[in-house]
Amino acid sequence: MSAPATPLLYRASVLSRVLAAAVGGYAVARGFAVCAAWWLPQSRSEAVLTATLLAFVVYATTAIWVFSVRRAWQAWVGVVLACLVLAGLAALGASR
Amino acid sequence: MKDGFRQRMAWLHTWAGLVAGWLLFAMFVTGTLAVFRPEINQWMRPDQAVTRVSEGEAIDAADRYLRQHAADAARWFIRLPNPRDGVLEMYWATRDGEWHDALLDPGTLRPSVQRATLGGEFFYRFHFELQMPYPWGRWLASFAAMVMLVVLVSGIVTHRRFFKDFFTFRPRKAAQRAWLDAHNALGVLALPFHLVITLSGVITLMALTMPAALDARYGADSDAFYRERGGEPPVLPRSGVDRPLPSLRPLAEAARRHWPDSAIGTIVVGAPGDANARVTVLQADNAQLRIRGAAVVFDGATGRLLDVMNAPRAAALTHDVLYGLHTARFAGGGLRWLYFLCGVLGSLMIASGLVLWAIKRRQRETKASRPTFGTRLVEVLNVAAVAGLPLAIAAFFWSNRLLPVGLADRAQVEVWCFFGAWALSGVHAACARPRTVWLVQLRLGAAAFALLPLLSALTTRQNLFQAIMRGQGVEAGFELAALAFAAMLAWSAHKLRPARAPTAIATRIEPAPRTLREEAP
Repeated sequence: MSAPATPLLYRASVLSRVLAAAVGGYAVARGFAVCAAWWLPQSRSEAVLTATLLAFVVYATTAIWVFSVRRAWQAWVGVVLACLVLAGLAALGASR
Repeated sequence: MKDGFRQRMAWLHTWAGLVAGWLLFAMFVTGTLAVFRPEINQWMRPDQAVTRVSEGEAIDAADRYLRQHAADAARWFIRLPNPRDGVLEMYWATRDGEWHDALLDPGTLRPSVQRATLGGEFFYRFHFELQMPYPWGRWLASFAAMVMLVVLVSGIVTHRRFFKDFFTFRPRKAAQRAWLDAHNALGVLALPFHLVITLSGVITLMALTMPAALDARYGADSDAFYRERGGEPPVLPRSGVDRPLPSLRPLAEAARRHWPDSAIGTIVVGAPGDANARVTVLQADNAQLRIRGAAVVFDGATGRLLDVMNAPRAAALTHDVLYGLHTARFAGGGLRWLYFLCGVLGSLMIASGLVLWAIKRRQRETKASRPTFGTRLVEVLNVAAVAGLPLAIAAFFWSNRLLPVGLADRAQVEVWCFFGAWALSGVHAACARPRTVWLVQLRLGAAAFALLPLLSALTTRQNLFQAIMRGQGVEAGFELAALAFAAMLAWSAHKLRPARAPTAIATRIEPAPRTLREEAP
């Protein structure tokens, strides 16, 4: 990275992305796992396994996506939105 | 963050790779050694003499031993001898949940080992527990593996032209170019291996790291999940009604009819001597790609066959195959060496990436008289991780031969030697002159591995020459591998020797090669 104009702000934005990728990404993966476990048209144990296996792909994809957008706040918006949608779908699936 | 998708991916690859690189290097190297866990065990226990017995005799021996020593245990776990490892291993849990083990000669039922050592088990454990208390090491290892996955994918995006890159190697060009080319070639050469081993590594620990789906569908009743998914030996709580456990051998023979072509791997007995006893006989794990083969469950009170588990459904099968691909227990001799080689390539890929980072940074800072603290830290950690780990491994093997056999806590002292040598390497890297640390440590490592066969010949009754002559594949293979490793370290030392003048790092002007077209970075 070239020398940033505002080091502190730049560092904060990097830290923010790291958190969005590591913690936010895990939250999205977890949300996906629960959601898929309820909605996949498989038997209970199979749905749980499929959901858990795919959750790691979701985690990696989310983390990469967080670092691919232009601004750190965009990453957070995406992560929070994904969590909300997945949580909603999971709740819906659980109450089916 | 830089503009442009690929630039951002390159940034991610560089920084995530750096931060996780040291740990990942250690995990890759020790994991690679774990491929030969039983063989390392055998070399580290030169005084171990194991009687070769038939499968049935081994089962009888275990049966006899456990009835005598663990009659009221909650669970028995019998791992039968196999061609790679002739020791009869038994574990049992008392009713308080305390685990015990016995590693015995199946012929004599006496302890098989005089020389206490963790052997290859140490590398296997370290590569996912990192010598940390449960569950923190497993969490950290899983997280590092997730970072590895991200680094691999962002690396592929960054080196989009990687098939072209693969045929580009400019060893005599500037140091940075050569390292970059080596890093790319190593990464691409075994890319499918790197991806599969990383993802499957994460998956082996998924019950710990991603329990959300299971919790959502099963709540606290995870036993129900394992019952429904199948393949798991059932263990019921004790009923309190005593029933004598039937002899295990006839049950094992009945189970074996379901897989006449392969051996029995393990036998699990839940609640032995109780009316709720269950005996599960499992197929050897080298018989199929998936981590667990067929399993037959018997009622441990009546001897009645209850269940044959041999057809996992799609998702369970996917999980079991991914797990099996990671552990490579299915692999025969040739394939095991291929796993080992790919693991070495992966380790070198990580090491070259770390070195590349430091070289690039140094070049940017040539104008400054002293490197910044960050660059210096990276350089020290690079030496400690990449050159220090081989030293630590060598110290582990040396201590195995040099420590007195009767020493108290001997197995643990070997582990201390491992970490002691590693710590010394770190101190040396931090304190000695930066230009020579690589050279000193790599050469020391090369010497330590080169002298290992000699040390072994002087301290045990076996030697490399004899091992080759007698066709003792494991002993000969181990020591020849040590010599090859010494050669690799010596060669690395040669490559990393400090340039005579700082200008040598800068790009030299050379005529353009005729066959390979230069590409702008």
